Amino acid sequence: MEPFKKIKTIVTPLNQVNVDTDQIIPKQFLKLVQKSGFGKYLFYNWRYDENEKEKLDFILNDKKYQNSKILVTGQNFGCGSSREHAVWALQDYGFSVIIAPSFADIFYSNCFKNGILPIKIDEHVIAKLQKEDVELEVDLEHQTLSTSNKKIHFDIDPYQKKILLEGLDDIALTLQFEDDISKFEERSMIPSVL
Amino acid sequence: MGKTLFEKIWDSHIVVERENAPSLLYVDRHLVHEVTSPQAFDGLRINHRKVRRTDLTIATMDHNVPTTDRSLPILDQTSSIQIQTLERNCKEFGIKLFDINSPNQGIVHVIGPQLGITLPGSTIVCGDSHTSTHGAFGALAFGIGTSDVEHVLASQTIWLEKPKPFEIKVDGKRKNPHAVTAKDIILSIIKNIGTDGGNGTVIEYSGQGIKDLSMEQRMTICNMSIEAGARAGLIAPDEKTFDYLRNRKYTPKNYEELVEYWRSNLYTDSDAKIDKTFEMNIDNIAPQVSWGTNPGMTCGVTESIPSPEEFSCGDQNQKKAAEKSLKYMGLQPGIPITEIKIDRVFIGSCTNARLEDLIEASKAIKGKKVSENVRAMVVPGSQMVKNQAEELGLDKIFINANFEWREAGCSMCLGMNPDILSPGERCASTSNRNFEGRQGTGGRTHLVSPVMAAAAAIEGHFIDVRELDLN
Repeated sequence: MEPFKKIKTIVTPLNQVNVDTDQIIPKQFLKLVQKSGFGKYLFYNWRYDENEKEKLDFILNDKKYQNSKILVTGQNFGCGSSREHAVWALQDYGFSVIIAPSFADIFYSNCFKNGILPIKIDEHVIAKLQKEDVELEVDLEHQTLSTSNKKIHFDIDPYQKKILLEGLDDIALTLQFEDDISKFEERSMIPSVL
Repeated sequence: MGKTLFEKIWDSHIVVERENAPSLLYVDRHLVHEVTSPQAFDGLRINHRKVRRTDLTIATMDHNVPTTDRSLPILDQTSSIQIQTLERNCKEFGIKLFDINSPNQGIVHVIGPQLGITLPGSTIVCGDSHTSTHGAFGALAFGIGTSDVEHVLASQTIWLEKPKPFEIKVDGKRKNPHAVTAKDIILSIIKNIGTDGGNGTVIEYSGQGIKDLSMEQRMTICNMSIEAGARAGLIAPDEKTFDYLRNRKYTPKNYEELVEYWRSNLYTDSDAKIDKTFEMNIDNIAPQVSWGTNPGMTCGVTESIPSPEEFSCGDQNQKKAAEKSLKYMGLQPGIPITEIKIDRVFIGSCTNARLEDLIEASKAIKGKKVSENVRAMVVPGSQMVKNQAEELGLDKIFINANFEWREAGCSMCLGMNPDILSPGERCASTSNRNFEGRQGTGGRTHLVSPVMAAAAAIEGHFIDVRELDLN
């Protein structure tokens, strides 16, 4: 995984609550067997009409936001299906930060596995960010969000922060605990299936 | 101080614990299916890693299998590739697979309990959010993403931040348990606590209203915990639980010994600290029908569609969401639920496609025919359910009423196979999600119980199933 670097772009405001992963990446695109190439299907049914023409009233189709790497959205983002394809699609499209008042648990955890930074922040800050077309700087190391005239702090789990900043391989880290895993297996009382 | 059931299972699975960081938990059972696993196996191959415990890993294909004649080739090329990829991966890594022709094939969350793979007090994961279903047996079971599927395959463990315990106490007794079902209880709960009411928690369901439920009904409850945002749902095991799992194909040899231990350990202590509670009485709840595009947008069958103002209780974001939902659903506030006409009926999914669901649905049919404006299908949750139902003659009841009787799979719950709604079609569905486009682009889903779905198929619209003779 690539280490997470400081970024500064305009924010894309997606002013909706409870955006589920079926909307982020509809089911017809889950049949691919690789991780790449999902960006073109991101929010497919909201982005395109039945003739596959861009819907002009959908925020991602506004050219102003085409270089944005920061999505600012409503509470409970990423609810529903556990499909990691949702994160792959957001990332492949170009987003590397998602800011919301709250996230669904599985989606939140999937973000860190792919180098996407999910930031939980107060609703009133979100409302402000969504109203103005601001350039926002996201600095994970110092845990700050800054605009030209304001700087605010955000919280993040220190372990997850380290994973993102260093771009660590989760599995390699875990396998350092192989002895602990083996010891656990010796005392486990749940028998194998087969 | 005492512990909750969830904490007891959590504590007994900690491999590594550190201050202010996620814990490394051991995984007792890993269920694998074709859609969320190919990239995980690729990751193993790239890094030259093996599957650590093939004896704790079971695979089947359910999400995109056709539900028509199994002897015919799969026409959808991409589905076919995904299915072949799972076959190849299971062979290469030595994983037991129930393939499309196996008598044990079916939806992972239906076959796990049926085969005795699901066990109380165990941890179970799967790359599918409805893994919460297995919590009905007192297992800590939750859905994970594909990166974690790879992590579990390689290490048999998972890093997880400890969720908080949330108790939902269901008191009271339903007057007509054939008409007011487990599905109606869980839809009512989600309506009350919201689709994010359970975020960051593991829900334990307790109370007489839960104790009275059969194992299959408890699975319906735990299955939809994720629709309330919870990481998992749990029900303390009792004699019904132990009886259900006895003498299944993969029930452990030392089962009675395990039962002794579970009986004396797997419950929440009376002095345990619980972070959040919600209580509900079910004496008078009505059969539920969802009207919007998330499972919290639900009301009783005798009610009318609420206005966005009523629904949102002053929350502008929720009001906007309700307006968008009604527009998508092609509905207006004030329409009585019983006047909503439907085009399709789907009885199936990991929520409601077990034998008992099909038995209950069949009671609403009794020699009647599906309304001529409706196309209705039954998709059993597993090949085992299908065979058992056929032994009871249920297939004939459904077929004689003009229902389609299909092979097992996830089918129209998420429409990854050819079973989908056309744009604008309205469906009474026993599944778990009414999200936009879930059952087909432009399709409109109303979540209901199996008996409500069957009754709606006959009448062509929703009815108060409490008025039917269902005995």
